[in-house]
This record gives sequence, structure tokens and C-alpha cells, in this order.
Amino acid sequence: MSVLIDKSTRLIVQGLTGREGTFHAKQAAAYGTTVVGGVTPGKGGTTHEGWPVFDTVHDAVRETGANASVIFVPPPFAADAIMESADAGVALVVCITEGIPTLDMMRAMTFLKGHPTRLIGPNCPGLISPGKAKAGIIPGHICKEGRIGIVSKSGTLTYEAIHQLTRLGLGQTTCIGIGGDPLIGTSHIDALTLFGGDPDTDAVVMIGEIGGSAEEDAAAWIKTHFKKPVVAFIAGQTAPPGRRMGHAGAIIAGGKGTAAEKMAALTAAGVTVVESPADMGKAIKEILGV
Amino acid sequence: MKIHEYQGKAILARHGVPVPKGEVAFNAAEAGEIARRLGGAIVVVKAQIHAGGRGKGGGVKLARSADEAERIAGDMIGMTLITHQTGPDGRVVSRVLVEEGLQMTRELYLSLVLDRAAGKPVMMASAAGGMDIEEVAASTPEKIVKVYIEPGVGLVPFEARQLGFAIGLDGPQVNKFVKLTTALYDAFVATDASLVEINPLVVTAAGELLALDAKMNFDDNALYRHPDIRDLRDLSEEDPLEVEASKFSLNYIHLDGTIGCMVNGAGLAMATMDIIKLAGGEPANFLDVGGGANAEQIRHAFKILMSDRNVKAVLINIFGGILRCDVLAQGVIAAVKELGVQVPIVIRMEGTNVEEGKRLLRESGMNFTTADSMGEAAQKVVQLAG
Repeated sequence: MSVLIDKSTRLIVQGLTGREGTFHAKQAAAYGTTVVGGVTPGKGGTTHEGWPVFDTVHDAVRETGANASVIFVPPPFAADAIMESADAGVALVVCITEGIPTLDMMRAMTFLKGHPTRLIGPNCPGLISPGKAKAGIIPGHICKEGRIGIVSKSGTLTYEAIHQLTRLGLGQTTCIGIGGDPLIGTSHIDALTLFGGDPDTDAVVMIGEIGGSAEEDAAAWIKTHFKKPVVAFIAGQTAPPGRRMGHAGAIIAGGKGTAAEKMAALTAAGVTVVESPADMGKAIKEILGV
Repeated sequence: MKIHEYQGKAILARHGVPVPKGEVAFNAAEAGEIARRLGGAIVVVKAQIHAGGRGKGGGVKLARSADEAERIAGDMIGMTLITHQTGPDGRVVSRVLVEEGLQMTRELYLSLVLDRAAGKPVMMASAAGGMDIEEVAASTPEKIVKVYIEPGVGLVPFEARQLGFAIGLDGPQVNKFVKLTTALYDAFVATDASLVEINPLVVTAAGELLALDAKMNFDDNALYRHPDIRDLRDLSEEDPLEVEASKFSLNYIHLDGTIGCMVNGAGLAMATMDIIKLAGGEPANFLDVGGGANAEQIRHAFKILMSDRNVKAVLINIFGGILRCDVLAQGVIAAVKELGVQVPIVIRMEGTNVEEGKRLLRESGMNFTTADSMGEAAQKVVQLAG
């Protein structure tokens, strides 16, 4: 099994006709994902690379039966795109866009509270269930079907974890990039909850980074709720305080959100915390004894 | 993005937050004129730099005449001000704020910031104003009161009253506090601020509430819709290499070590710094060249790395995924040739066409070291940096 995305996923692309949207729609389809169409306001009724284009997400859902959407629209329009998808009843919305203003996201998060939609991201690489389907930009060729789950705030560090596991012969159920923004739709805890309920996921690699308290919250939750082994890496052990390290959310503010605090909290919760990002795969292999 | 105190006060005043009378001066004569215009028995001269702790560092002084204000401003402008927030190098003061002196009876604290866990702005107030709020939060957290603001609703007067009474204001003062906090929230939303901090908020002898200091930070992602705020950016307050990098959409942060790093993706860039440290080295920088790194960006990135004289070796760690490694290798070879880079370079790359990329590097006849994993790359670069 896998979580969130699989062979039953019917994916639309918001921003299909843009350069990024087109490229990644093709990549997803080539990987075996059922891509059913796209949305670009004003281009409804046309086709693009063989896919029907719609003016609104409502139209796309009605005509194609889409149950998932991936968003590749520019930052000023991305929060709007998230809310439109939720309003159209799309169950899974994956927002790749980086650079959405925080106040826009705050409004979108408030809007989402009245809807059953699950948002992944924004500012994330999306997710992939190896051998089944993907929504986003994680390269399919580094993945392998298997029994490890990955949840990560960082894009390329997710690829690094996947690569290490695949090299060791350890495949993945689903790899979820949850994003590096201060406000995100799916937290580490949400993703762990899903992996906890998936009988085919044996262990989880959790990647965090400095800033906020999501990792500490996850640690407290893991202690009482999560029975499967977790290997964690926290990026930014050497980051100076007060500086935004690339991601909008990656900042040690007022002495809070340091890697040391997060690593200590996770260790206390029984998580295997690796100091080196090169040891994520190895640690999983040792724990599972495979 | 950060701005100066006088700029923050101007924005707050436009939205209805009361602030003391004052103007900015770029030289002593201007400061004297402003002091004369303000009149009054006392004026305050405040150094304008993007860092707190100015008072202790000698950056805030009282003057009892316009001539004295002029003298103080003359000493202050051009001086290097060192505070606990500037680091040991300090900042050169290029402008001062000259403000009316006030008789005050109380110093309070007020701020507005995004609470990530709640997904809402949180307004915080404290009776312990004028102090380092992080210390207050650590030692006596009960002295800080908070309200979480519903984004769709805004600050509701009863919430402001709760804060006002909790920090010991009386009835008439609370009414003023409600107006002031409502204006503060308006300013926060209207400008896409990420932080507004008034420390201290003072109660004057006449019972008025005023923002005696103002710190405003803004959401970089929203600056596109605030050209007026973007214009307030003071490049002299930033590291010159970081300013240069930002022109090419490179995310660069200057650090103290000797190993330059070039990485794609913020998380991997932080992880690369971490693994250099674990291998016994010190990173010279954080540098995220972004997901779509091309030859041009790699050239600019090398230029910036090489402008840092402390860099003894460079580690390039690119996990392309979709990026083609042969294209990356060509970009690196061209940049190194053009810029005449002398320091050793260790390259670890993954992605499409990785074998072809490695072959190009090997056959370039240049001094590249390749590595198959992050761990190996870090060890090699630390060794080469000596």
C-alpha cells in the first residue's frame, strides 16, 4: 500500500499550460500517474499536450472526475488556486509554488478549515508513491517500491534520503515533501499519522530543519502515538541565529527553533536521530536489520 | 526585510499609531535644525541601525539644547556602533532620528507577529517594557499576555481590552490602547509585515500612549505588492556579498569558515554545512542556487564564493533529480576557466547523466575532485582546505 496517492489518483494540473506545469505533467504521466487535465483561467475548451484545459477547477472536476490537484501557478495567484481546488471538493491539493505571501497563506488556511481537503505544501516538491503515481517534482527514477515512508520539509534533502535508501535496496511506500514555509497544510504529525495507519510502511525517515516547533511537536506525539521506528535528521545544526536559511520558515528566532532542541526532543521520544545527513539510509537499515 | 526605526514610525503613524514628534537627519547641521524646530527642553538623538541594544552601546543620547543635539549627532554619525545584536564588527551610523523628549510614567511592551503553530497573528503585551523581551519570556513568562487574532475577523476590541487591563492600564488608557492596537493591526496587515515590535510603548505624564520605539520586519514574499516598502531597503546595512548574490536570485549567507559551498535546495545546503562541520571543517557560507540552476547562475555563484578571501576550498553538492549532470559539469568547467579559480574544488553530483558529467570533469584537465556521497565529499574538501 501507500498513502495519499496511488493508482486510483486522478490528477489535474493547475497552471498546466505554463513551462513548469507542462514539464511536470508529462513527467508524472510518463511515471504512470493518471493525469486527466489542467486548469488555466481563460484557456478553457482548448487542449494542451493532449489534455483538456478548463477555466475553473469546478469544471475540471465535473468533466474528469479528478480527485487530486497539483499547483504550478506563480506566487501571487497560488493561495487563490488552493482555495479554488478546496471549494471544488478536490481531496488532495499539492502546492509546489515557492514564495506565497504569508498573509495569503493565512487566509487560505482559514478557508481550508471548512473543507475536507488535504493540502500538501506549499513550497514543497510534492509526493510520490513509487511504482504507482506522483504529484509534484520528485524525480521518479531515484525511487524504488518498498516499505519505508519519508516525510520532509526540504526538497533536495528528500531526494538525498530516497537515493540513500534505494542504494541500500530499501524501497519506499510514499515520500512526502511537506514544505519549508512557516504555514503548511500537512505537518510531520499528519504524515506520521498516515504512515502509522499504513500496514505496508515498516519505518519512517523524518527530515526537519531549524525554525518553528513542528519537530518538537512531532517528538511529543511520537512518544505516545507512533509505534514504528523513526530515523530523523534535522538540517541547520550549524546555522547562525536570526538568519533565514533559504526557506521562509528556516530561521532561529529569539533563540527558539534550534537544531539542538529538536534533536534532543526527538531523541527523548525514542527516535534515532542521525547527526550526519549521509547516515539516514544506513540507520534505517540497521534498525530493520535487513 | 528590515527597515529603520524612523521609517517604521512613519508607517505606523500613517495608520494612526501615535508616535513622538521627530525627523531623521543625515548630518549634524540637519540634526540641529530639527531640534530647533521641535523646541522643548529636551530632545533625544537616536542612531539608526538595523539592530537592537542601541542605548547600551551609546547610540541613544539626550540633549538639553539644539546646539548639544547638533554636537551629539556630529559624534554619532560616522561612528561604529557595537551592540549585542551587531556582532563584534558593529555597524557604521549614517543617520540619526531627532525626537522630542517625553515625560513618561510607564514603559510597556507590545508586539505583533505570526504564530506558526496557531497559523494566526499573535499580539503580545507586557508591563515589563523597555527590557529584552526574550529575557522576560525566559525568566518570567507569566508577565507576557497574548491574544491570537482570527485572520478573517481582525483584532476585536474586547481582545485589545483584555490585553490593556492585563498590563495594568486604567479605563481611559485602555480606550487609547484599543485604538492604538487596532491601528497597529491595520498597519501589520496593510504592509504584509512579519513583525511589529514597540518596546517600549510609553504612558506619558499626560496619560497619552506613544510608540517610543518601532521595529518592523516585512514578508519578503509580499514585497512585490509593496514597492514603497521595497524602496526603504538600506543596502549599507547588509553584507555586500549577500547584496550581490541577491541580484542573481542566489540565496547566499556569509559565514566565517574556509569551505565555500554551492548547493541546490535550502535543506540540502544546510545539511551540507552540517556535514562539513562534522568532518572537522567550517563552512564559509550558505548558498542555495535554486532548483533550476543553470550555467549562468553557477558562474555568478562562483564569482561570489571567490570574492570571499577566506575560502580555501569549494564543495559543490548538487542533487539534480531532473537537472542534467552533464549540463552542470559544463557550467562548472566554463566558470572555473573564465574566473581562473585556483582553490581546490570537490564535486558531488547526482541526477540524470551523472556518468557523462563525471567524465567531462575528469577530462577537463582541471583540478576537480569528485565524490560519490555527501560524506565522502565533505571529508575530501576538509582535507584539501588544510
